[in-house]
Amino acid sequence: MTTLPTHTEKSLGLVIDLDTCVGCHACVTACKGWNTENYGAPLADTDAYGANPVGSFLNRVHSYEVQPETGPAQLYHMPKSCLHCADAPCVTVCPTGASYKRVEDGIVLVNESDCIGCGLCAWACPYGAREMDPSEGVMKKCTLCVDRIYNENLPEEDRQPACVRTCPAGARHFGDLSDPESDVSKLVADRGGIELMPEQGTAPVNRYLPPRPRDKAPEMDVLAPFLEPVAEEPTGFLGWLDRTLSKVS
Amino acid sequence: MNAPKIDTSPKVSDEVRKTTCYMCACRCGINVHMKYGPDGKKQVAYIEGNRDHPVNKGVLCAKGSSGIMQHLSPARLKAPMKRVGPRGSGEFEEISWNEALETAVSILKPIRETDQSKLAFFTGRDQSQSFTSMFAQSFGTPNYAAHGGFCSVNMAAAGIYTMGGAFWEFGQPDWDHTKLFMIFGVAEDHDSNPIKMGLGKLKERGAKVIGVNPIRTGYNAIADEWVGITPGTDGLFILSLVHCLMKAGRIDLDYLARFTDAPCLVNEDPESDEHGLILTNEAGKKLVIDRRTGKPEAYDTKGVQPDLSGSYRHAGITHRPVLHHMAEKYLADEHAPETVAERVGISAERIRAIAADLARVAFDEAFELDREWTDFRGDTHKTMIGRPVAFHAMRGISAHSNGFQTCRALHLLQIILGTVEVPGGFRFKPPYPKAATIHPKPHAGVTPGKPLDGPHLGFLHGPDDLLIDEDGNPKRIDKAFSWENPMSAHGLMHMVISNAHAGDPYKIDTLMLYMANMSWNSSMNTSGVMKMLTDTDENGDYVIPNIIYSDAYSSEMVAYADLILPDTTYLERHDCISLLDRPICEASAAADAIRWPVVEPDRDVRGFQSVLCDLGGRLGLPGFTNEDGSQKYADYADYIQNHERKPGIGPLAGFRGKGDEHGRGAPNPDQIERYKENGSFWISHIPEDAEYYKPWNNAYQDWAVDLGLFDAPSPYLFTLWCEPLRRFQLAAEGKHRLSPPEHLKARYAETMDPLPLWYPATEVSDQFTVHAMTQRPMAMYHSWGSQNAWLRQIHGRNPLYVPTKIWAANGFAEGDWARVSSPHGEITVPVAHMAALNENTVWTWNAIGKRKGAWALEEDAPEATKGFLLNHIMHELMPPKGDGLRWANSDPITGQAAWFDLMVKIEKYTALNECSPAHPAQKSPVGKGPSTVKQKIGT
Repeated sequence: MTTLPTHTEKSLGLVIDLDTCVGCHACVTACKGWNTENYGAPLADTDAYGANPVGSFLNRVHSYEVQPETGPAQLYHMPKSCLHCADAPCVTVCPTGASYKRVEDGIVLVNESDCIGCGLCAWACPYGAREMDPSEGVMKKCTLCVDRIYNENLPEEDRQPACVRTCPAGARHFGDLSDPESDVSKLVADRGGIELMPEQGTAPVNRYLPPRPRDKAPEMDVLAPFLEPVAEEPTGFLGWLDRTLSKVS
Repeated sequence: MNAPKIDTSPKVSDEVRKTTCYMCACRCGINVHMKYGPDGKKQVAYIEGNRDHPVNKGVLCAKGSSGIMQHLSPARLKAPMKRVGPRGSGEFEEISWNEALETAVSILKPIRETDQSKLAFFTGRDQSQSFTSMFAQSFGTPNYAAHGGFCSVNMAAAGIYTMGGAFWEFGQPDWDHTKLFMIFGVAEDHDSNPIKMGLGKLKERGAKVIGVNPIRTGYNAIADEWVGITPGTDGLFILSLVHCLMKAGRIDLDYLARFTDAPCLVNEDPESDEHGLILTNEAGKKLVIDRRTGKPEAYDTKGVQPDLSGSYRHAGITHRPVLHHMAEKYLADEHAPETVAERVGISAERIRAIAADLARVAFDEAFELDREWTDFRGDTHKTMIGRPVAFHAMRGISAHSNGFQTCRALHLLQIILGTVEVPGGFRFKPPYPKAATIHPKPHAGVTPGKPLDGPHLGFLHGPDDLLIDEDGNPKRIDKAFSWENPMSAHGLMHMVISNAHAGDPYKIDTLMLYMANMSWNSSMNTSGVMKMLTDTDENGDYVIPNIIYSDAYSSEMVAYADLILPDTTYLERHDCISLLDRPICEASAAADAIRWPVVEPDRDVRGFQSVLCDLGGRLGLPGFTNEDGSQKYADYADYIQNHERKPGIGPLAGFRGKGDEHGRGAPNPDQIERYKENGSFWISHIPEDAEYYKPWNNAYQDWAVDLGLFDAPSPYLFTLWCEPLRRFQLAAEGKHRLSPPEHLKARYAETMDPLPLWYPATEVSDQFTVHAMTQRPMAMYHSWGSQNAWLRQIHGRNPLYVPTKIWAANGFAEGDWARVSSPHGEITVPVAHMAALNENTVWTWNAIGKRKGAWALEEDAPEATKGFLLNHIMHELMPPKGDGLRWANSDPITGQAAWFDLMVKIEKYTALNECSPAHPAQKSPVGKGPSTVKQKIGT
């Protein structure tokens, strides 16, 4: 058993906008690129050019179809990575202390040198956010790019997770969710950001901004005045044209 | 606590080299982070977007972020090769560059000296068309084009003929001001990242997005309103919107009068040889009635106020304004929402609601920017009026046989709303706007041993400009610019192999291709094309005698070539993304860019453009040789820096002269270095008073002349009335010295209306009743992605997505397979259910399926067993109709391949181990990839 801190100084996390995410997977491979080259073992791919390629990814995009009671079906894209829970069951289940939650910012990390690859944490995570590296046999998970966000070798504007920096639609936001004045906290407040599966009791830090209502086409009754006919026949239209033009001059 | 100390400030890299991405045609700026590897050399460690770059401003898509895997792909070709097994087998032997180049010369030199039309040189995803076309022109063959005819020429040609510019990446919505954005047939397409960035901006502002597409993925998934239209009926829907808007008088009369040909005067006399043409003065200028005097004047006369309602009788013939013709045509009941609703699959109420919403935003939410500007008639406008409705469209509407007129219909819609080139609307990017009439015309004049008589491709304006011989036969192998598809501005790449195989209009000796996967996903009728490429004549010789191919990777097409010229990866090469070609401009700026070798190749490969510099020298081509006969350009970089298209104008506009001249200036030997210092791009912003109303704005026209885009100010009117189409109709009516073949005359009358119209794209059949189409995934670019270890885990197989109604009717269940047949053939493939679809449309991802043995994949890779192409069941020709003719499966105006016209029948079928048809494996000339990839340069 590994213990969780009773309090963290910050709660760093992601806010992901499901109204804007087009499901392009940019965050998936930008994450893979940075985290392969940086913190911990590279994110390996086995059978990379064969029948059953299996690679470790710290972030994946899932797509869900929704059929509302009325109106057409809808498609949503949901990127998912570690939610850096306050009550992270993946930490408490770790037999070696390899999994831990940082006091200074709340990031949940794996100390790979202590990880024995038992996989208990992945079982304990209700979100399926941890993946065993198929080559190294150690548990991989989102680090919130801990080696970017404080990195003094990067310009300040780049001190954010690779997935946030690369997102073309601007659907991903990063910040301190324990600070009600932070941009991300305000965004969550404005847009009614939600926790994922709160009933699991893990107190996730990441938030999702719900999609705005779709397919609520304005009623023709409301819009009808905008299309009041000026004529029923082409000749009538030409009459209207002449009258309108003469008014201009 | 148990927290170890970790380094949160590791060194990121030893050097950042900035260049341009090539993972698709978006051409984003990238920062390539280099680290010293174990061998002490700097290697590519990590790629991210360049924040300073005008295209992507730091962001980067899934493809670009996986560039390192493309750069390290096991499918990279290693050395020049000659074929040693039969065509299609993939059996090759590596040869030296000298042998490869001398082999090419031995094939090409006799052709040049006798008849250059025996060479067909076509390029695929070529980003150097202004250079490859120069080679082809200098060689003297008429048979050159890139892949636009297969890709989306309808979109380009309809835009340029109508308004002097197109959607594509040649323009963009005014993302900062648009309040209603309506997209038609847009999946992942040009532009890739800028559209995503723009949608993000709109969402942030709460602007509304309406997505018109039979398939609700990606951009259409996040649209506030989705319109699941019946494929091929977009034009009918759009013209019904036009009907509603005109009927309500919700059109921008001032804009139409000032900036379009709506007031121009159409000849009404059916007996006249100029019936349906627009009245001009002796100087050829279109006339309008001046409201001040009631008299005709040239449209651009100082101070003239064009009258939208003024008719004119001249030489006994009545002339009426274009707007009167529009009223007659579009106010007719055939365009009423009630008439079209069932066919387009959208209720009449909804069509009216959308029209009303467009009108509301365009006119009732109009705004003004406080910027004074002066138009080409000398009228000064105190402000710039904005109409915050913007449109965008791509292949979904253009890849149909009615695509040209449908694209024109959409331009008509945005023009009557007055939303083109105004704040809040659609805006052109330099070098557009540019009238169709100032583009070159096409050329095909061959003289043995000499260059072609002019540029291959261009915009013709009537039968006199056709590329046909005295008997009316096509001069080009692809029959571009012939009676069959006269306005084929991009050529017809998809017809080259089948025409060459059939010897129609003539046989060729050599097919030379660059980056064009013609034996796979870049052809219709893929299995048939593979047969044509391997077919032999009565002597046992190949019907197409020589095939020379350049590619960086072991694609399906490699197996069918006799000589392989291996290209580099995008990080190993020089390129220019040029204003002479398809630059990276923004609506408010001119910009161009370079690529440079951030690493040198570790294989015996050369950039294809450098190879052409060498071949041009060896062949003694003008433009490629010095006066003493020596090779003129050492390599492509030398060309980029020193070539002048005309004095002072070269491939790159930035840092000319001593580095301080832009647009025009002498060649600068330091130019590429200056680009590298500047992040590999150059940008010049358009002055504020020139940013909108560009086609008519004096300040913009002067800026464009200064930069070298034009030699003189070239304002023009948008042409709702497309006279070139009318001239072809006149020829069919017997009012021209030339006449189209008899069998085409009725089609000319039906389709070549000078005003946008709709006609059915597909024929009604009892048997084949379901629309079948493809979409490009955002994480894949054509066939390139499958060799990428990361991307193929996102899209490694492609089911056929089936809508609920068809799913239920066939009793499909998860894991089922179906036989999908068309008049041309059948495939057997896995199916999956998707509800967010037009109820009569099935679809799949584009170009995931691979031939076994290609792309260095294992032969049991899912791309080869559970991936498939719809191309197998499309044909470049329509099924016989019993008239003795085979009609092309193309747009009759431009020749655009109509791959979205595919109609199929679907039946449940026994699950197979692999998709059918399964082609035998090609031998991989590069071996197979490693089993495990663990990419890390640093420690």
